[in-house]
Amino acid sequence: MSPIVLYTIISLSATGIAAAIILFIIAQRFKVIEDPITDLVEEALPGANCGGCGYAGCRNFAEACVKSDKLTKLFCPPGGNETMLEVATILGKEAVEKDPLVAVVRCSGSFAHRARVNQYDGAASCAIASSLYAGDTGCQYGCLSHGDCVRVCEFDAIHMNPETGLPEVVDEKCTACNACVEACPKDIIELRKKNKRDRKIFVSCINQDKGGIAKKSCSVACIGCGKCEKVCPHDAITIENFLAYIDPVKCKLCRKCVPECPTDAILEINFPPKKQKEEETKPDNNGETKVEPVETDKLGEESKSE
Amino acid sequence: MFKTFRPGGIHPSENKLTAGSTIEELPVPEQVSIPLNQHIGAAPKVLVERGDQVKVGQLIARGEGFISANIHSSVSGKVLKIAAVVDMSGYKRNAISIKVDGDEWVEEIDRSPELITEIALERQEIVQKINQSGIVGMGGATFPSHVKLSLPRGMKVKYLIVNGAECEPYLTSDHILMMEKADQILVGATIIMKALDVEKAFIGIENNKPDAIDHMSDRAQHYPGIEIQGLRVKYPQGGEKQLIKALINREVPSGGLPIDVGAVVFNVGTLFATYQAIQKNKPLFERVVTSTGKNLEKPGNFMVRIGTPISALIEACGGLPENTGKIISGGTMMGKALNSLEVPVIKGTSGLLVLPEAESRRKEMQHCIRCSKCITVCPMGLEPYLLMAFGERELFERMEEEKATDCMECGSCNYICPANRHLLDYIRLGKVEINKIRRLRKN
Repeated sequence: MSPIVLYTIISLSATGIAAAIILFIIAQRFKVIEDPITDLVEEALPGANCGGCGYAGCRNFAEACVKSDKLTKLFCPPGGNETMLEVATILGKEAVEKDPLVAVVRCSGSFAHRARVNQYDGAASCAIASSLYAGDTGCQYGCLSHGDCVRVCEFDAIHMNPETGLPEVVDEKCTACNACVEACPKDIIELRKKNKRDRKIFVSCINQDKGGIAKKSCSVACIGCGKCEKVCPHDAITIENFLAYIDPVKCKLCRKCVPECPTDAILEINFPPKKQKEEETKPDNNGETKVEPVETDKLGEESKSE
Repeated sequence: MFKTFRPGGIHPSENKLTAGSTIEELPVPEQVSIPLNQHIGAAPKVLVERGDQVKVGQLIARGEGFISANIHSSVSGKVLKIAAVVDMSGYKRNAISIKVDGDEWVEEIDRSPELITEIALERQEIVQKINQSGIVGMGGATFPSHVKLSLPRGMKVKYLIVNGAECEPYLTSDHILMMEKADQILVGATIIMKALDVEKAFIGIENNKPDAIDHMSDRAQHYPGIEIQGLRVKYPQGGEKQLIKALINREVPSGGLPIDVGAVVFNVGTLFATYQAIQKNKPLFERVVTSTGKNLEKPGNFMVRIGTPISALIEACGGLPENTGKIISGGTMMGKALNSLEVPVIKGTSGLLVLPEAESRRKEMQHCIRCSKCITVCPMGLEPYLLMAFGERELFERMEEEKATDCMECGSCNYICPANRHLLDYIRLGKVEINKIRRLRKN
């Protein structure tokens, strides 16, 4: 072996050993002592790093769980109650149950319902469009259809429907992480209580204009007429600024408000068609709902509340 | 020798179709709606109620807080309603609608055309009067003028810089004002000089208006301390930082104000309004608006009451041409596309531009080819392509490090980009997000 190779091996090894010693000393000196339980908690979390809990990622959330005395203010939306229960058992703390939520798009102003009064040809982003102007329809509150909510979703749970130009939520995939709610510059998306069989009743409009103006810009806008408020037996509906809002907690899904709405702004989703009996008691509801007899046990909750 | 600013700048085709057409009084419309949010800052408090009779020049909304401005009625008549109307951005904002009945002015306003050069008021009184008259920056930024004149303690102004550059294509409202109201502007400058206690004022005028340079220079001889300086045609020379650089060769530090280099900038339109407020007791309720477009029958410069719907302006120009694709409030570069013809003229409306369909579309966006033209033209020395890349990836903190907030949204980068990239859109988005981040940091 020529000496040059030998010297190289010796000098490199010496450098390596010296570096190893220095690194070892530094590692010992500046060691961060972490609670090993944090790793366990992190493992229990979904690991989506969606930020729905309000922390930068799952690791931060795990740290916060370990540090805090109570878990009352901490919640992992994608994991839900099961995950939180698991975290609570690891930490020996009390779990707090929360109603599962689901994202709901409160705008029905599809291309057919809302006339386009101008054309936007700028960057395809709701945030940019809304910073420039009110939008390409007469409704300043409605969906801009550029899909910021779709882009931020980590769970592939919201898609743009090219026919209507509105986003649609896939209930099974939605974890209520709040990302789309924050991304929407118009505050159209809301997290509402998840009901059995993904049933939903909500006012699919956030237009706060007076009835006439609202109706002019969109045929399915809430005009704030107050008919639904009057008919609601559970005081779940309030009207503010010419806009009805159904409280998801108070609402018992009785569906009495739905046929009352003159503009079809209240949507009922995942319900079986209405019973024959109900149809007969309300002959004045234009026969819009399909008349098909349904077994009572399928109706579940609303039959209970009536 | 014509001065200009460095770095950056572009030279879009000027299209000053209305240069030379005199200021025409636009007839008072049947109804005006005067928006409350006409200026930067807090919305003023409404002083009138539905059914009240108001006169021209009557105070109808009082500024709330320091950065705010008074609003005066531009017509005489009856207050119809105080309700939301569609504003420039398409959003509905509160406005006072007045049904016009006759043209009765408040008695204090001196309506004689006589020029008054003697300044009777003291420094403090001038600032107070400007505040009362609701004067805001009329170059487009609509920043309340009295705030500019209330200097922080210890600050000393050396120069008054007057913007007569009018670098925006198409617009000629400042040009015609300098031609017709030169003396009034110069007296206005003298008033501001007195209020700020400065000895020297520079009025910068681009050399595509040689008649204005000659006329103003001629008149300025009678006013001590005011110097007219011709400027090389370059957009955005009317930006205050660019104008300061061009005229006194000073650079305003990043995030700073002109006062940091001892300058205060006023637009010629604002000076004319100042003259009217101080010497004629006339608050700001009308302004010169250029109504222009290649296909308009008779484009022109009009004296318009605030609150007049733009449809009335277009009517005065011979109606809307058939192939109209876009109507812009302002010029081609910084103007805002409107989505209603009922949008009222406000204190900051310098022009109205009707573009044909063929010119009103953006071209398709392509990939960045790293030609660095945007960097060359950026008057603030920023890197627009990089800012856009950060904006697309939502790296707003990186955008802040790259000084995105220095961007004044002149649109030079968008204009020059051979790939038609939406550079400014993303920078604008970044500025909004950076401000949000900063507010969070403060709390």
